[in-house]
Amino acid sequence: MLEIKNLSYQVPDESGKELGILSDVSLTVGDNKFVVITGPNGGGKTTLAKAIMGLVTPTSGQVLWNGTDMTDLSVTERARRGISYGFQQPPRFKGLRVRDLLEMASGREDLTHEEECQYLIRVGLCANDYIDREVDASLSGGEVKRIEIATILARQAGLMIFDEPEAGIDLWSFARLTETFQQLHEEKRATLLVISHQERIIDLADEIIMISGGSIVQHGPKEDVFPLILANTVSGCSYMNNGGGEQ
Amino acid sequence: MNKIDAHLLREIADMESTPQGAYNIRKNGKLDGRVNTAHIVIDTKTDKSGIDIHIAPHTRHESVHIPVIITETGLTEMVYNDFYIGEDCDVDIIAGCGIHNSGCDTSQHDGVHTFHIGKNSRVRYFEKHYGEGDGTGGRIMNPQTIAYLEAGAVIHMETTQIRGIDSTKRYTKIVVGAGGEGSITEKLLTHGEQTAESEMDIILAGEDASGRVISRSVARDKSRQVFYPRMTGEAKCFGHVQCDSIIMDDARIKSIPAIIANCPDAQLIHEAAIGRIAGEQILKLMTLGLTEQEAEERILNGFLQ
Repeated sequence: MLEIKNLSYQVPDESGKELGILSDVSLTVGDNKFVVITGPNGGGKTTLAKAIMGLVTPTSGQVLWNGTDMTDLSVTERARRGISYGFQQPPRFKGLRVRDLLEMASGREDLTHEEECQYLIRVGLCANDYIDREVDASLSGGEVKRIEIATILARQAGLMIFDEPEAGIDLWSFARLTETFQQLHEEKRATLLVISHQERIIDLADEIIMISGGSIVQHGPKEDVFPLILANTVSGCSYMNNGGGEQ
Repeated sequence: MNKIDAHLLREIADMESTPQGAYNIRKNGKLDGRVNTAHIVIDTKTDKSGIDIHIAPHTRHESVHIPVIITETGLTEMVYNDFYIGEDCDVDIIAGCGIHNSGCDTSQHDGVHTFHIGKNSRVRYFEKHYGEGDGTGGRIMNPQTIAYLEAGAVIHMETTQIRGIDSTKRYTKIVVGAGGEGSITEKLLTHGEQTAESEMDIILAGEDASGRVISRSVARDKSRQVFYPRMTGEAKCFGHVQCDSIIMDDARIKSIPAIIANCPDAQLIHEAAIGRIAGEQILKLMTLGLTEQEAEERILNGFLQ
């Protein structure tokens, strides 16, 4: 079980005033749940996900995973205790091959070709074409992103966090990816926390968390929250919508 | 052969035992072992220190190992090795120098390797430099490699110097004939107070010649590195120079690639980059369970692979 208790992350703005990127966020995610975090850009979704992995140090609050307080543990320690994180914009590595990343992720140097194939097929890549390629600038953004997701699959952690897995991925590969998420959920071996704006991913979720302005504004079963999100969708600019643009 | 010799040979030439094919082992300035084959003949020079290696035309899938090891402190040598490779060959040449210096005097190996590569021959040339020993004496290597390629000839040169050499000044020159190809892959890691300088001239002399330089280096601690790769196009040709360096600690790196076109049909590209390991790269590997130090090592090993 993942528990977030009163998590805040504040940074000083230009005038030195504290700016709340996350303000007193608390939530609980049960084992093997599929939870989608959604909400407007700049609302604090990625900061929350990074704080769970330890990539961001919160100003206050706690992160507990399976009852253990992770708040003061390093990224490495959290990874070793079952938290994994797929970057929204994964870094590239000159000289590290897809095979190297999969081996590091799985913690095994004796991964069979069959196993490597399975991880790559699940993100729509053919192992024969990719396994010995370097994860460098020769790969497209979508390819790097899919390899990133494959590393999370190879990691087989109890908590899998994905930050906008759909970003940069073409429609055909995206369809394959949604099937993979569905399979992961059906296998019931991991808790999935997915930041996404895609209806097809949101539709797979057990629960939806909506974050805006650094706070959780909605959290509940998909059936309850999804209609609220759709109803609150406002197009355009609030200044214009309120007549601010009229002479 | 004692343990130190065996270790040095393993480091520089991947030699676990007596190599297959022709070889010439030089130890502390003297011949320590030589084998010729039907197609490869090695002769000791009579006018100066060094050897001539003659590879008969049409020699294919054979190799020559010519490692040099120095275990005596204070030994300084200058060696000339000349390779005469006939037409239509396909051979591997494994050179390299290992110094074990446990004394207080400087040990130094300076070598000039000159290749004359016949028409349509392919040569893969590996050169590895390695130093060790707990003495205070310096370990210095100044290698020069000069290669002349006839029409259609190809040389793929791979040089590696990972740790242990205090000072190196390297010069490489490849003159590529029509339809030929010269490529250099250079890997270098310096640490402590080491200095390394690498200067190259790749001259694409013949029509449709091509050249490629891939240089990857890591400078740690207070080490210094300087690169001067120059690619010159004298005819319709294609050349690419790529220099990538990772800089760490208080190291300094200077990279000055040059491309020179003396013909309007010469197509030459150079890329050079120096930078730290990106923080995101370390963090990504830490999310896979590696410690910060393990992540750094994996990134450096991959980069220099």
